[in-house]
Amino acid sequence: MADKKQQNTWFFKVGLVLTVFMVTIILIGQFWTPYDPSAQNAAEKALGPSLAHIMGTDYLGRDIFSRVMDGAGTTLFIAFFVVLLGSAAGILVGALTGYLGGIVDTVLMKICDSITAFPSILLAMIILKVLDRPGKWTVIWVLAILFIPSFARVSRTEYVRIKKQNYISLARLEGASPARIMALHILPNAFPVLLPAITIGFNNAVLAEASMSFLGVGVSATEASLGRMLSDAQNYLVTGLPWYALCVGGTIVLLILGFSLLAEGLQQRRK
Amino acid sequence: MKKVLSVLLSVLMLSMLLSGCGQKSPADQRKKNNEIAVGIAQDLGSSLDPRSLASAGAREVLFNVFEGLYKPTASGDFAPALATGYEVSEDGKIYTFTLREGVKFHNGKTMTADDVVYTFKSYAESSTDSNLKVGLAAVTDVKGYGNKVEITLAEPNSDFLAYVASTHVIPADYAEQETKPVGTGPFRYESRSVQENIILVRNDDYYGTKAKVAKVTYKIYEAGTALVTALAGGAVDIVAHLTEAQVTGLSKDYEVLEGTMNLVQALYLNNLEGPLADVKVRQALCYAVDVEDMLKLTANGHGTRVGSSIYPAFTKYFDASLADAYPHDVEKAKALLKEAGYESFDLVITVPGNYTNHVDTAVVLAEQLKAVGVNATVQEVEWNTWLKDVYQGRKYQATVVGFDASMLTAGAMLNRFVSNSSKNISNFASVEYDRLIAEASSITDDARRTECYRAAEKILSDEAANVYLQDMADFVAIRATLSGYQFYPLYVMDLSTVGYK
Amino acid sequence: MQYVLKKLAAAVTTLLVLSFLSFAAFEMIGDPVTTILGTNATPEAVAELRAEMGLDRSLFVRYFEWLGHFVTGDLGTSYIYRMPVRQMLGEKLVNTLVLTLMGFVLAVLVSIPLGALSARNEGRGLDRFLTVFNQIVMAIPSFFIAILLMVIFGLLIRIFTPGNFVSYKDSLGGYLLYMIFPAISIALPRAAMTEKMLRTSILEEMQKNYVRTSYARGMSRAGAMKTHALKNAMLPVITFLAANAAEMLAGCIVIEQIFSVPGIGRLLMVSIGQRDVPVVEAIVMILAVWVMLVHFISEILSETFDPRMRS
Repeated sequence: MADKKQQNTWFFKVGLVLTVFMVTIILIGQFWTPYDPSAQNAAEKALGPSLAHIMGTDYLGRDIFSRVMDGAGTTLFIAFFVVLLGSAAGILVGALTGYLGGIVDTVLMKICDSITAFPSILLAMIILKVLDRPGKWTVIWVLAILFIPSFARVSRTEYVRIKKQNYISLARLEGASPARIMALHILPNAFPVLLPAITIGFNNAVLAEASMSFLGVGVSATEASLGRMLSDAQNYLVTGLPWYALCVGGTIVLLILGFSLLAEGLQQRRK
Repeated sequence: MKKVLSVLLSVLMLSMLLSGCGQKSPADQRKKNNEIAVGIAQDLGSSLDPRSLASAGAREVLFNVFEGLYKPTASGDFAPALATGYEVSEDGKIYTFTLREGVKFHNGKTMTADDVVYTFKSYAESSTDSNLKVGLAAVTDVKGYGNKVEITLAEPNSDFLAYVASTHVIPADYAEQETKPVGTGPFRYESRSVQENIILVRNDDYYGTKAKVAKVTYKIYEAGTALVTALAGGAVDIVAHLTEAQVTGLSKDYEVLEGTMNLVQALYLNNLEGPLADVKVRQALCYAVDVEDMLKLTANGHGTRVGSSIYPAFTKYFDASLADAYPHDVEKAKALLKEAGYESFDLVITVPGNYTNHVDTAVVLAEQLKAVGVNATVQEVEWNTWLKDVYQGRKYQATVVGFDASMLTAGAMLNRFVSNSSKNISNFASVEYDRLIAEASSITDDARRTECYRAAEKILSDEAANVYLQDMADFVAIRATLSGYQFYPLYVMDLSTVGYK
Repeated sequence: MQYVLKKLAAAVTTLLVLSFLSFAAFEMIGDPVTTILGTNATPEAVAELRAEMGLDRSLFVRYFEWLGHFVTGDLGTSYIYRMPVRQMLGEKLVNTLVLTLMGFVLAVLVSIPLGALSARNEGRGLDRFLTVFNQIVMAIPSFFIAILLMVIFGLLIRIFTPGNFVSYKDSLGGYLLYMIFPAISIALPRAAMTEKMLRTSILEEMQKNYVRTSYARGMSRAGAMKTHALKNAMLPVITFLAANAAEMLAGCIVIEQIFSVPGIGRLLMVSIGQRDVPVVEAIVMILAVWVMLVHFISEILSETFDPRMRS
C-alpha cells in the first residue's frame, strides 16, 4: 500500500503546485497585466502568438494573455464567493440539522433533497435564463444557493458523528451553549472532512461558471470570464483564431485540474 | 450479453461507415439536386401571415413567397409585378392598376381583382406594420372591375407606390395564412420545423422568370457560433449579415459579397434618463465615440457612417454631411460633460444578445466612452426582455441596435421620433421636429417634402437624439459555385436569381 | 406496494410544486405577447392579443386550466408557434433521449472494464497511467471536448458536417454518425468519474473480510475480484450512474447548442427566452420525470445487487 500513498501525495503535490501557480498568476492579473485587458487596438487585430503577445490578440486587438489573466480572475472571483457563501450557509444548515436533529433536521434536509434531486447545473441554467440579468453577482447568488445542499450534507454527517463523542458531552455538562459547541468544539474537528469538500466546490464552481457563461447566461459582455471568452472564441475557431479557444480552454482545464488533484490528495490523506 | 453487444456495435459501425463514406458531401448532394441551404439566425415567429410579420428576419424570408402589385427592385425602384401598369388621375388621387392575366396563387387559384380588393381592405384593417397601416388608412375606396383595380386616396401621396409594393396580394377566402402561407412569389412555402428549418420550393407556375433553384432550405442556428461553424463545415450555402471577423479566413469554397444592411445602427439613448436628458451630455457622447475606429475594429473599416436616422440608400433624403457633425474629440466631450455637471457617470448599454454585430459594437463603444469618464457597461438580454424593457417599456439608458425601413419611404425611418409615436424609443421630443414630419406627410409637393424630411433629419443630429454610427456592411458568404445574388436597398434576400453556375 | 405508493405520492407532489413554480416564475418576467408582436406592438394590440390568448386571467385560473389539460395528457398549445406542444416536442425529445442514452451507454461501456482493469492491476504501470489519465479527462469540461471534437472530426477530417443534422427518418446511419460526437462529449468526463469510482469501490471491497476469506480458501486475487468484489462494488457505482444519467440530460443543453442538434435542451432555452410557457412547462415536467425515473430504477437495481437491502 506504500505505493498508493506515494501516488496520492504526488497528486496532492502536483495539485498544490498547479493551484498555487494558477492562483498566483490570477492574483497578479488583478494588479498588473502585460496590456490593459480591455484596450482595443485596430492595428493589431487577430494576431498569432508572438513574443509581444504570447497568446496572440483577439478580433478587437486585445491581448489574449492579459484577458485570460483577467477573465480567470473573474471566474475565480465567482468561484470564491460561491464557495464562501455556499459553504458558510451549508455548514450552518449541516450544523443545525446534525446537532439539533428533530423537526429542524427533517424540514431542512427535505428542502436540500428536493434541490439536489435536479442536476444543479441544469437548475442554474434555467434560473439564470429566466432571470435574464447577466452579471457576476447574479451567477454567484444562484450558484451559491444551489451549492448549499452538498455542503450541508457533508457537514451534517460530521456533526452527527462528532456530537456523540465524549468530549462534546463533557462540554455540554460544563454548560457550553449549543452555538458555542457547534462553532468552537465541533467545527474545527469537522474541518479535515470539510476541506476536500470545499476544494471540490471550487472545482464545481469553476466548471459551472464556465458552462453558464459559455451558454451566454453567465457574466455580461464587458466582464471577461473564461466561459464567456471561450464562447467568443468559438466564433473564430475556424476562421483564423484557433489558438484563442485553445488558450482559454486550456486555462479552464488547468484550473479545474489543479483543484481536483488537490481535493483528491486531501481526501486520500485523511484516510 | 457480450455477443449481443458486439453484434450491435458492429452493425452500428458498419451503418455509420456506409453512410459516412459512401455519400457525397452535403454540399455536392445539394448541387446535384439543384437545392440550396441558407443559414439564418432566428426562427420566423408564430405567424407567417404577411399582414402580421413581427421581424425583419421574417420579411426577409417571405419576400420570396409574396408579391404586391408592384415590387421593389435591387436598384431601389418599383417594377410591375402582379400589375402590368397603372395610371394616376390628374388630381393624383385615383390609381388604376391593370392586373396581370393568369397569375396563379400557390394553391392553384387564379388571382382576380376581388383578391386584390380583399387584400387592400384586409391590410388596412389588420396589418401590424403601423407605417403601412397609416399609409393605407388614406385609401378611401378600392374597387375592382375586370382586370382593373381602382384605388382612391383622400390626399395625393407620392409614396403611395411604396405602400402598394408592401401590400402583398393574398387570396380572399383563405384562412390559413398564419400556418400555410399562400402567395404568388417565385417560391412557395412547403413546410417548417420549429427552430430547425423552413423549406420553400420553386413555384413552377410563376408568371415571370422562374427561380433557378428547385428548393431552398432555411436552416436556423440561434447561436451565432453555430451559424459560423455550419458555414465552415459546409452545411449551408448562403449566410447573410455576417461580421467581418466571421468571414475572414473562410475557405475558398465561399465567395464573400459586401453590401449594406440598410439600417441605421446607433447608440440609441433614452432622452429622459438621468444625465442623458441634458443635450450637452448627449453631444458629449457623440464627440467621445470614434466611429472610424469602431468600424476598423469591428469590420476592418467597412460600413458607411451616418449622422441621423436615414441610411444612404434613401439617396433623396440622405444627408452625408451629418456624419461629420460630431468629429471624434475627447477634450471637447470632457468639456461638455463638465459644463453639464456630469464629469463621470455610469451608463448601462442594454443590447439584445442574439445580435453579435450590435454586441460587438457596444463593447467597443463602452471602451471608448471610458476615455471621457463615462463608465459604460454592456448588458446582454434576451430579445423578449429587450422588447419589453427597452422598446416598449423604455426603461433603459442606452442600447445599440439597428432600425431598418419596412418600405422605401422616409417616414418609415423618421416617424419613429415624433414625440407621441409609440415607437419613439429615444423619448425624443421636439416641437419643430413634430411639425416638420406632420407637414411632410400632409403635403403633395415633393420638393417641399424632401426639404421637410432633411430638416427633420438635421434636428435629430443637432439635438444629438442618439449617437449615430453607421449603416453596417452586410457580408454575405455564398458558395463559390453559386451566382446571381443581389443586394436590395431593403432588408430582404431575393433567392429567385440565385443559381448554380 | 406501500413503498411504491409512497414514492408515487412524493413524485406527484414534486411535479405539482415544480409546475406551479415554473408558472409563477413567468408571471414575474413577462409574457410572450411581446415576442409575438415584436417591434410593431402598440398598447392596444398588446391588450387585445393578451385577451385573445387568455393571458389576462389570473395566474391560478391559468395554472389550473393547464393542470386540467396536463392530467388528461394534453400538453397544450405553444403560445409562440400556435401548434400543439406534443407535435413540437416529438422528434426533439427522441433526439435528446437518444443522445443521453448513447452518452450513458458509452460511459458505462468504457468505464466498467477500465475500472476493473485498473483495480486488478493496482499499483502497476497501467493502473497509474489510467489514474492520471482519468484525472486529466475529468478536468476537461464537456463543452470544451465538444468544441475539440467538432473542429477535429467535423472541420479538419470532415467525418461529419457540423450543423448538417441528419434526422433518423432520413438516414439512420447518418443520424448515428452525427450523434456519436455529441454523445462522446457528454460521456467522456462521466466515464472518467465512473471508472475512478468503480476502481476505488472494488479496492475497498477487496479489503473486506469475506473476500480475504476466499483468498484463504485458495482463490486467486482475480477470481475473488470477479466472483465477489465486482458485484458488491457495483452498488455505489449504480447510484452514481443514476445521478449521471440525470446530469447527462442537463449536459445535453450545452452540447446540443454546440452541435446544433434539434433537441429539447435547445428548445427549452429558446422557449424560456420567448416566454413560451406551455413548452417550458412540458419540458420541465419531462426532465423531472426523467430524473425521478432514473433514481427509481437505480434503487431497484441496488436492491437486486444487494441482498441486504431486500426485505
